[in-house]
Amino acid sequence: MARMKLRKLEEYLQGVDGFEQPKILLEQYPTPPHIAACMAHHMQSQHEDIEGKLVGDLGCGCGMLSIASTLLGAQLTVGFELDGDAVDTFRGNVVEMELPNVDCVRADVLQLIGSKWEKSFDTVLMNPPFGTKHNAGMDMRFLEVALRLANRAVYSLHKTSTRSYIQKKALEWGARGSVVAELRYNIDASYKFHKQKSKDIEVDFWRFEIGQE
Amino acid sequence: MKLSTYNFLTSMAIKGVKVGFPLKLTISKKEVVESEFNPTFVERILPKLDWSAVYGAAQVAELTEDIPAVQPENIGENELLLQKLHHLLFEIDVLEGQLECPETGRVFPITDGIPNMLLNEDEV
Repeated sequence: MARMKLRKLEEYLQGVDGFEQPKILLEQYPTPPHIAACMAHHMQSQHEDIEGKLVGDLGCGCGMLSIASTLLGAQLTVGFELDGDAVDTFRGNVVEMELPNVDCVRADVLQLIGSKWEKSFDTVLMNPPFGTKHNAGMDMRFLEVALRLANRAVYSLHKTSTRSYIQKKALEWGARGSVVAELRYNIDASYKFHKQKSKDIEVDFWRFEIGQE
Repeated sequence: MKLSTYNFLTSMAIKGVKVGFPLKLTISKKEVVESEFNPTFVERILPKLDWSAVYGAAQVAELTEDIPAVQPENIGENELLLQKLHHLLFEIDVLEGQLECPETGRVFPITDGIPNMLLNEDEV
């Protein structure tokens, strides 16, 4: 199967439905189609981490990254999500786009440590909660789980302000992290308390390479 | 839910449960989806799977004629079996049904293709 071009991928992703009523406590910011497309395209074109691979998506929400991974030829993508409304939208997206190779499991990502999913995924990708809403450090807890579930590579987004801390923690957890790109992540006025129309935050796009034991 | 995904699901997060695997699968509605056959991938994922749960899933999906009860050796050289495994693991989509914890009987419903593995606070 010929690989989908970046522009085509972004076009498809623009058709992915997002959160109907985003929940503040779960930090349900959607991953913008442009960012999701660039991330997935990088994973495949630079590292061949998608096509023909078993891919996990932690905190998959409505499935933006899972669907990007599927469109680029992942053999099976499994998204994990806590929120019932988000998984319903995920399923709706998958059915509407007629994508066979993608599953969604409603589960608590933090309970996946020690499960049969450990070391099972070739690639884990995620846009974790950044841990800014009464759940400080949530992105790091997601990262720890991701590094346990993947046997090859993990891709993630984290606030730029935490870069050196992430580098250090990743090493402790047996992975070498490198920043692929710095993004200006545009958070739409999803919530009433955002007074400005939209707000940019600085975010790093990371690739972590899992150490061979 | 594909039957490959099923092979990784456990109820071990429940307090007091030791293994929580394999979950007892019931299918009340399924559909067949078409997925590109990739023999290399099927061969690569097999070591991560539990064959008894693969066979158990084949029984529930009524595909036991295709899948032997004991894992044969050198599956990589048996393209026909790889194809049948591909069909079982990636082309059967369970839409409605349930998964039951073998130790506690706790039921996890599968609704609209999505298994709900969430536990209540008092269960963990």
